[in-house]
Amino acid sequence: MYAFDFEQPKTIAEAVAALADDEAQPLSGGQTLIPTLKQRLAMPSKLVSLTAIPEMKGVCMNGNTLCIGGATPHAVVAAEASAYPALAALASNIGDPAVRNRGTIGGSIANNDPAACYPSAALASGATIVTNSREIAADDYFQGLFQTALEEGEIVTEVRFPVPQAANYQKFVQPASRFALVGVFVAKYADGVRVAVTGASNDGVFRWTEAEAALSANFSPSALDGLSVSADGMIGDLHGTPEYRAHLIGVMTKRAVAAAS
Amino acid sequence: MPKDSGIGAASKRREDVRFLTGAGNYTDDINIYGQAYVYFLRSDVAHGKINSIDTSAAAEMPGVVRIFTGADFEGVGGLPCGWQVTDRHGQPMQEPAHPVLAQGKVRHVGDPIAAVVADSLQEARDAAEAIELDIEELPAVVNMKAALQEGAPKVHDDLTSNLCYDWGFVEDNKAAVDEAIKNAAHVTTLELVNNRLVANPMEPRVAVGDYSRANDESTLYTTSQNPHVIRLLMGAFVLGIPEHKLRVVAPDVGGGFGTKIFHYAEEAFCTFAAKKCNRPVKWTASRSEAFMSDAHGRDHVTKIELALDADNNFTAIRTETYANMGAYLSTFAPSVPTWLHGTLMAGNYRTPLIYVNVKAVFTNTVPVDAYRGAGRPEATYQLERVVDKAARELGVDPIALRRQNFISEFPYATPVAVEYDTGNYFATMDKLEEVADLAGFEARRKASEASGKLRGLGVNCYIEACGIAPSNLVGQLGARAGLYDAATVRVNATGTISVMVGAHSHGQGHETAFPQVVADMLGIDESMIEIVHGDSSKIPFGMGTYGSRSLAVCGSAMVKATEKIIKKAKKIASHLLEASEADIEVKDGKFTVAGTDKSVAWGDVTLAAYVPHNYPLEDIEPGLEETAFYDPSNFTYPSGAYCCEVELDPDTGKVTIERFAAADDFGNVVNPMIVEGQVHGGIAQGIGQALLENCVYDDEGQLLSASYMDYAMPRADDVPFYVVDHSCQTPCTHNPLGVKGCGEAGAIGSPPAVVNAVIDAIQSGGKNVLHIDMPLSPQRVWAAMQD
Repeated sequence: MYAFDFEQPKTIAEAVAALADDEAQPLSGGQTLIPTLKQRLAMPSKLVSLTAIPEMKGVCMNGNTLCIGGATPHAVVAAEASAYPALAALASNIGDPAVRNRGTIGGSIANNDPAACYPSAALASGATIVTNSREIAADDYFQGLFQTALEEGEIVTEVRFPVPQAANYQKFVQPASRFALVGVFVAKYADGVRVAVTGASNDGVFRWTEAEAALSANFSPSALDGLSVSADGMIGDLHGTPEYRAHLIGVMTKRAVAAAS
Repeated sequence: MPKDSGIGAASKRREDVRFLTGAGNYTDDINIYGQAYVYFLRSDVAHGKINSIDTSAAAEMPGVVRIFTGADFEGVGGLPCGWQVTDRHGQPMQEPAHPVLAQGKVRHVGDPIAAVVADSLQEARDAAEAIELDIEELPAVVNMKAALQEGAPKVHDDLTSNLCYDWGFVEDNKAAVDEAIKNAAHVTTLELVNNRLVANPMEPRVAVGDYSRANDESTLYTTSQNPHVIRLLMGAFVLGIPEHKLRVVAPDVGGGFGTKIFHYAEEAFCTFAAKKCNRPVKWTASRSEAFMSDAHGRDHVTKIELALDADNNFTAIRTETYANMGAYLSTFAPSVPTWLHGTLMAGNYRTPLIYVNVKAVFTNTVPVDAYRGAGRPEATYQLERVVDKAARELGVDPIALRRQNFISEFPYATPVAVEYDTGNYFATMDKLEEVADLAGFEARRKASEASGKLRGLGVNCYIEACGIAPSNLVGQLGARAGLYDAATVRVNATGTISVMVGAHSHGQGHETAFPQVVADMLGIDESMIEIVHGDSSKIPFGMGTYGSRSLAVCGSAMVKATEKIIKKAKKIASHLLEASEADIEVKDGKFTVAGTDKSVAWGDVTLAAYVPHNYPLEDIEPGLEETAFYDPSNFTYPSGAYCCEVELDPDTGKVTIERFAAADDFGNVVNPMIVEGQVHGGIAQGIGQALLENCVYDDEGQLLSASYMDYAMPRADDVPFYVVDHSCQTPCTHNPLGVKGCGEAGAIGSPPAVVNAVIDAIQSGGKNVLHIDMPLSPQRVWAAMQD
């Protein structure tokens, strides 16, 4: 990596101030950023750590909403998000123990890797992404590969998940990285079912609206019979063709519904 | 009763204490006062002409000691190839130059162009970014068959084509083989790919060069499986340093798997630069560098035909293989697809006629060389897949077809030049059927089907040639080295023993197993014996560890040296006991006069040797130290039968290995726990090749699987609990221990078992899929099932 300055603020306000510098970059768990720096693919002059800010850490319930601080590691979510079992299970299967103890939900959501797990949960749950300056609905937040609604210097301080009646996440892993080759998060709410797919699309995480309509009418695997996703726009790489990914979306969605219902 | 010490005991691996507590001394742990660091600027294109390299700005950067380019190595030797193959027409293979740093052209992504030596790695890397390169990209050749087309871009402009050699074996059999195939009752044909692999030892390669002006001596610390081989190759062929001024040390090494046999550019560079800069120079590969500079393995494309008569007896085998050499010839690359592959094509079967054709091809990819098994897995995979396919085509039981064609009498001279000294293939197959519980398979299949899964069973046999090798034979076959080994047994005054061995342990457990042998011969405690290895200044000139040779070859040298020790010690004992030498017996650490209770302890004899107050000085010299060199008279031939049981999710193509059983014949076994560990590791690597690992280049020669994000290594949850058995033992007939070698068996025997099982699972679901190329990733399996 290249040399850089390092700051570790104690409050959100200090972090925002530290990030005002042009070449400053926020560092959360570092599970993507540190490898990028090691390969000299990024050259920030200053890294601002978000991991020592108490107000950005922890898991709590507020009414029927599960609130997770942006700097909360996956391992803590896995252990403490028992009010939302599908989300806790998702967190417990990200990467390996080292990744889960360093990587954070805010980092994952801010990076919006097309194969990351958390974006599917946020989108399927209709979560609210809270930043230092505003609240963003998940439907408005995810804007394509590594693209989000975040402005320069804006920090994800909290993610709020309305707890569904039933939910499940099915991840079919890419054999090498064990990121999602296809991951499907299904969440059933009183006002309908939401289905979000990660790993598959060239546009990043997306909602499978036909499946949502079918499942809202009949929350059972058979409701998906005859539905399929087009391979157009799906990712094709060493590990899966667009056709294979499109097929897996159907399989994983059925399995998620079966597991949730 | 299992023994608790000596030969046959499951002694705990003493070296693991330091490995598991962080006390190991790996090459990267070596830091010498004043040391500088080197960063290699590597090609990011697969093929290009170097128009210019401007280092002037980079040389002014902070901390830079010196920048080297190919021009600095003009007049210095290139990296040598240690094996010359002669082609079908009696011509030597085409052998291109292999410069330490690129000269004129770059030929693969990762080819080193310049090397920056600086006070810190950070400064070296910063300066490397300031080097101005003008490289004119040229069209690359990646696909082997395309590389042999008329007009294909040439990897080496001074060669006539990209064909390294066109080898035929046995050429004189060709017409008879063609005739037998034409007249066969049935011919099964299979085209397959043996996928390119990256060895990925846990410890990446490291080199530290040091130079002493005081005595004009160079030292190289390196991650090598064979320090003396590196000293010979680098000293004599590259840098021109005589042996007595060059020391090569391979300390603790964290896994080799073949890829640390070879002499690499970085080793020569660090040794060379240390003298030029008059500073120690250190290089530690990053994992990314390892992917693009460690020799890769396998990468064969083969068509095999198996001919059978009307009674299903094998009558002939004909193969045509394209073997990727990569951009340069790595140290032993030419031998792998030829003498380590063609000679194994008989397998466990009495096929009377065999013809093997191999075309070795240069491409714009990383050089390919030996990887665990080296040629023998490729041979086994073809043979055991085609036999399985034949059984399916003929509607016969695949195990019965194998048994029908097993070699049953030994010694057996194959039609491919080697003579198996001993074996019992029926016994290992019987044992496999028992330990794998084949009888229970149908019930397990039904249980899988009840949960929506398909279940498959795959069985195969293997034979390998280990204990490499008789020097006179390999010399005739083109080896530019002898393949004996050596050991010095140094008995100290109080009876403890240091054994200096040419073999090198990089995970195999020599420090535990070798003392078991000496302790057994002398009747003393294993803890009194220490193995010294890895330092050319301490050990005799042995050839190192690869090809499952250490115990069979170096262990035999150690036995011979220990026999000399016993002979001399008996003389001393007979003097001390005032008895005839012929009456002295060695047992339980004592020398006893046969038939009496008169004895003298081991320690009293050894003390007398070094404090010769009462000693037959007129007959023998003082001291107790002996060296032996051992050159085997044949290869050893471990064999066995493997069984894999898989479950397949037809909706996703995902394969899980539910059971895996191995019945091996390794001859005599010194430490059964270490043997089982070796088999476990080998099977894990074989499962890795069969289901997960794949090194992939795109058409431009860019390495797509260049990190663990895309190169899938097997993890603990990808493999099952293994059932391994080595109770079938037909001892090797020609080495004193009767051992055959176990290091590579697992990697050789397991890939066909896995693939056979997956095909069986798919067939059980009613799809007539006969072959899928490795790795059998979910995508590939699913796609095959859609056709």
